[in-house]
Amino acid sequence: MSAVAGVGGEERSDYTREESREIRQRSLRLLGSLLRPERGRLIGSALMIVVSTGAQVAGPALIAYGIDAGLPALVAKHSSFVPVGVAFAAYLVCAIAGAVLAARFTVLAARISQAILLDLRTRVYRHAQLLSLEFHETYTSGRIIARQTSDLEAIRELLDSGITGLVRGVLYMVFTAIALVWLDPWSGVVLAASLVPLAFLTRWFQRRSQLAFRATRVYSARLIVHFVETMTGIRAVQAFRKEKRNEREYGQIVEDYRDANARAIKLYGLFDPGLIMIGNITVAVVLLIGGFRVIGGGLAIGALLAVVLYTRRFFDPMEEMATFYNSYQSAAAAAEKISGVLEEEPSVPDPGHPVDLWKASGGVDFDDVRFAYRDDRVVLPDFELHIPPGQTVALVGSTGAGKSTLAKLIARFYDPTVGAVRLDGVDLRDLHPKDLRRAIVMVTQEAYLFSGSVAENIALGKPGASRDEIVAAARAVGADEFIRLLPDGYDTDVNKRGGRVSAGQRQLLSFARAFLADPAVLILDEATASLDIPSERLVQQGLTTLLADRTAIIIAHRLSTVAIADRVLVMEHGRIVEDGTPEELIGGTGRFAALHAAWRDSLV
Amino acid sequence: MLTTRPSRPDGSRDLGTVRTILRLMPFVRPALRSIILGMIAALLAGLVSLAIPLVLQNLVDGPLSTGDGRQVLPAALAVLALGGLEALLIGARRRFVLTPGTHVEAALRNTLYRKLQDLPVAFHDRWQSGQLLSRSMSDLGLIRRWFSFGIVLLIVNVITIVIGFGVLFIWSWQLAIVFAVCSIPIFVYSYIFENKYSVVARRSQDQQGDLATAVEESVHGIRVLKAFGRGRYSLEKYVRQAEQLRGTELDKARAVAGLWLWLLLIPDVAFALCLGGGVWLASQHLMTVGDLFAFFATATVIRFPIESIGFLLSMTFDTRTAIDRLFEVLDESNPITDPDPARTVSHPTGRLLFDDVHFRYQDSPESVPDLIDGVRLELEPGETMALVGLTGSGKTTLTALTTRLYDVTGGAVRIDGVDIRDLTREELRRHIAMAFEDATLFSASVRDNVLLGRPELADPERKADADRVLAEALEIAQAEFVANLPEGSDTKVGEEGLSLSGGQRQRLALARAIAADPAILVLDDPLSALDVDTEARVEAGLRRVLGRTTALVVAHRPSTVQLADRVALLQAGRVTAVGTHSHLLATNEHYRFVISSLDDDRESPDLDRYSDDDEEVSA
Ligand SMILES: Nc1ncnc2c1ncn2[C@@H]1O[C@H](COP(=O)(O)OP(=O)(O)OP(=O)(O)O)[C@@H](O)[C@H]1O
Ligand SMILES: Nc1ncnc2c1ncn2[C@@H]1O[C@H](COP(=O)(O)OP(=O)(O)OP(=O)(O)O)[C@@H](O)[C@H]1O
Ligand SMILES: [Mg+2]
Ligand SMILES: [Mg+2]
Repeated sequence: MSAVAGVGGEERSDYTREESREIRQRSLRLLGSLLRPERGRLIGSALMIVVSTGAQVAGPALIAYGIDAGLPALVAKHSSFVPVGVAFAAYLVCAIAGAVLAARFTVLAARISQAILLDLRTRVYRHAQLLSLEFHETYTSGRIIARQTSDLEAIRELLDSGITGLVRGVLYMVFTAIALVWLDPWSGVVLAASLVPLAFLTRWFQRRSQLAFRATRVYSARLIVHFVETMTGIRAVQAFRKEKRNEREYGQIVEDYRDANARAIKLYGLFDPGLIMIGNITVAVVLLIGGFRVIGGGLAIGALLAVVLYTRRFFDPMEEMATFYNSYQSAAAAAEKISGVLEEEPSVPDPGHPVDLWKASGGVDFDDVRFAYRDDRVVLPDFELHIPPGQTVALVGSTGAGKSTLAKLIARFYDPTVGAVRLDGVDLRDLHPKDLRRAIVMVTQEAYLFSGSVAENIALGKPGASRDEIVAAARAVGADEFIRLLPDGYDTDVNKRGGRVSAGQRQLLSFARAFLADPAVLILDEATASLDIPSERLVQQGLTTLLADRTAIIIAHRLSTVAIADRVLVMEHGRIVEDGTPEELIGGTGRFAALHAAWRDSLV
Repeated sequence: MLTTRPSRPDGSRDLGTVRTILRLMPFVRPALRSIILGMIAALLAGLVSLAIPLVLQNLVDGPLSTGDGRQVLPAALAVLALGGLEALLIGARRRFVLTPGTHVEAALRNTLYRKLQDLPVAFHDRWQSGQLLSRSMSDLGLIRRWFSFGIVLLIVNVITIVIGFGVLFIWSWQLAIVFAVCSIPIFVYSYIFENKYSVVARRSQDQQGDLATAVEESVHGIRVLKAFGRGRYSLEKYVRQAEQLRGTELDKARAVAGLWLWLLLIPDVAFALCLGGGVWLASQHLMTVGDLFAFFATATVIRFPIESIGFLLSMTFDTRTAIDRLFEVLDESNPITDPDPARTVSHPTGRLLFDDVHFRYQDSPESVPDLIDGVRLELEPGETMALVGLTGSGKTTLTALTTRLYDVTGGAVRIDGVDIRDLTREELRRHIAMAFEDATLFSASVRDNVLLGRPELADPERKADADRVLAEALEIAQAEFVANLPEGSDTKVGEEGLSLSGGQRQRLALARAIAADPAILVLDDPLSALDVDTEARVEAGLRRVLGRTTALVVAHRPSTVQLADRVALLQAGRVTAVGTHSHLLATNEHYRFVISSLDDDRESPDLDRYSDDDEEVSA
């Protein structure tokens, strides 16, 4: 696998030639695959623009005709308005057709580019959701946000201005060139000769701007990473007076980004006048040759006028094309990053041949499992555990022992390095993802609320749940009371990061979520840590009914949980050191007995 | 045509486009000179390109009609020179304008960031972070691009058009009048366009912000989405939002298309009329063929500027919207500011007084009483006070008031008798260090995270001090696991670093508060994620610190309460009782309800008592 596959080497700026080609091709493939579904519309719009541009390009020819044929006819003895009239009418028809079509085309182009953007947005979002936690933990949220915002923005810019500009520009130039050759092949030759320096200039720009735009993508992602981190941690930032230091760090990235942008823009600032220069020189040469030929009688004055106008017009869209090319380079750099994310394979992949499990009974087995987040630090060495259906297991142990890790393996946030975790005898890796998620639900240590109403947040446990179900779930965990006291009850907007409810209330809400989900296996990872004692009691009361016929793994530091457990596991350094019923363990002389006694003493 | 504004749906202050844009003046001033120079260069370039037809006219009327071949070469050379000059001038324009544009953008970005960091937590509660992000990235990018070419091209093109019209008059006033009259509808339509477009432009940018918020939440909440297998569900929601944005963008495109139609049609109609009229005029010898030639050449030159007006106008209105959105944040008044002149407490003893403190959140309905409704509580120097209360009773809120993350809405918080609002925030936050409920670590090494409150120790000369403080804080917080991290205390943690377990994060956050060595420590439920053993050891360590520091410790568990000298009970927005743990336990019913997991009659620790607990609650 190459060093730049996926998001590898994303921040580097020293790609070898092969690497550079590889990621550029990946980016082009992405852009190509985005355009493909829009083929039909693209062709339609191209036709539209053919006619429209053709109509507009006809202008100078008609003027030439008007002057060369119309004027003599008018001043002739039997003066005739016909040629002028024809030129006038034709010009008008062309004008109207050209303008109407161009306007329609604008809308059509927007349709195309919006369809493409929607497609891309959906793809990236879906893929980000598909990627496993392992990826998210190393890639950081800021970066994945950057990919979905500012990088998409770069592509959007290309589509917005670009497509219209490109199709119009190319056709305009092609038509103009055809008209020019048709009017006067010699001038056509001059025009063709001008394409040579043009090609060199473009190649130069392409190379340099590729580098420059890559740098802008890297820095914009860093900006976003820093920005997001500051805004999410604003309380800590302020409380620990990190503002000034942040300003310096952020200011540095802002400057890097500015500099990268300035470099990219400067390149364009050379490219664009270069194009104009080539264009103007060509016009002068055409004029020179044409002028001599008019004198020599080889060319009519009207034709010279048309030829010069055409040559000039040929270069008119150049500026637009250059802009397009510039946005294209920027978008391609962004697409390089996006396609990298899309290329990442989830390390916890969906099964190729999923096994259905319609009705899980809830038996969980760890068979010879070994697990490490990073190769050098094994968290669970050689782990063996069998939980029969319906059992409620309390998992205790000192912090960092690997309890959450165990829970995350059951929820298949990660796959074991060695061995297998099974539900009802089916390896989780083979289980249909839908069945897996329906059967196993985990309430995580961090209670996260999404913006939206309280009801919507609870309903996340079961989309489409009725209001009654939602209220029942809230009531079961004792959240109903405080929810009703909120300004709009269940319809209160929790807004940002659940900042609007207290930590304990947030936990209650995520508890209610799990209640609603009604899984066969429920994992609670310190889901009551921030609750006061009365609320905790209510939750436990709810749990006794909820857990009656399902498997549960409850991780808690407060040993009160043990009361509702059938079995207690004590974990140390990734191993289970004690395993038994609460009575056995408390009655024994092991670690748990000591822990429990200490905890008992702390109670009042 | 740029000065009138449709009233916006949100009814915010309504400035004209020009005046809105002028608000950026302070940021643009350093770049102004170059921007003007750039405009001059662009203008000259425009003039030069207008001069080229002049040469052509002379050529057609002169040498070509007389057949004098000697004039052709100089004329072509003149065209060449002018063309070269045009390219150079355009190059100069870019040189002048582009780099200053990036400086404007950078200055705005830094200002916005500074402002956001300065604004109080209440502001951040109210604003979705995606909206802030989209302002900082895409809106500012838009502004830069507009300054780099939007404004320049707009002004230059308008001037080019005006001058072009003037030149047209020279060639033939009759035709020029035809051309001018034909252009009137463009102005009318531009006006209509502004009204239509501004509304959708605003909507589009807001929807982009919402989309950014959705993205951000989907990433931050990824564990929940995964745990419930709701990736698809959230995707559907996201797609619905993205489709709305698409609708808005199409509305925008339709508005632009409407304008474009006129911008393309009208010059062409004018051309057609001028063609007919021109030929006729020429036939009447009212103008020469050369004049006609030049007339069309000139008209061709101003065609592109006219067409470009459509794009430039929509860009201008987009920018105006971006500026509006930017100033919505920059104009936000900050109620929590440093006083002038500020008082100072040079050697705080750590006496913390809540003096009849009232507080309510900004948007809580009128009908509910203050959340903190007259709290009176005094912490003696060196005393450890536990704060106990039910979930949602306002404990976290009360702790946030001490460092002015929120300001009291009534009464005062005092340190050594000085109202904290009379201190600078910097000083206040040096005297008080906090550990929050959720342990926020930043993407930095363990060392930097723990020493966050001690910027002065970053000095390499004081490395020994820094090491000592770090080691001590880690030791007290029982964060010995740090030694086993791959690079010890230099291991990067936080989002960009190693992920830690919940209890490990919490201990680092605690160590951070301790390392700050404040006069007053405020710890919000600091041991919630620790197991019984570790908790006991941390408590032992904390006791040593708390002996010399005033502390306010929010506690849910009796074990934490035992750290404290006295306990304050928060109930219905007031501190209803203060006393030692055993005293309150004996005398206060509510306290027993909040803190006790045992029945009144303590029985031997066996298991059936849990069911009794349940009954007690349900009773
Ligand atoms: N995502 C991760 N990447 C790398 N290492 C991790 C990750 N999550 C946890 N660890 C490490 O694995 C070990 C076990 O962590 P785990 O979260 O399972 O502990 P825990 O028993 O749940 O502790 P706590 O009670 O503090 O929550 C810890 O040493 C921790 O630092
Ligand atoms: N940012 C906020 N804006 C509006 N209301 C809020 C905000 N934060 C908290 N609240 C409300 O204020 C009340 C008190 O919240 P607070 O976080 O202070 O409680 P707490 O005592 O710390 O509870 P817990 O023990 O659960 O942490 C709650 O009802 C909550 O809904
Ligand atoms: Mg854990
Ligand atoms: Mg709290």
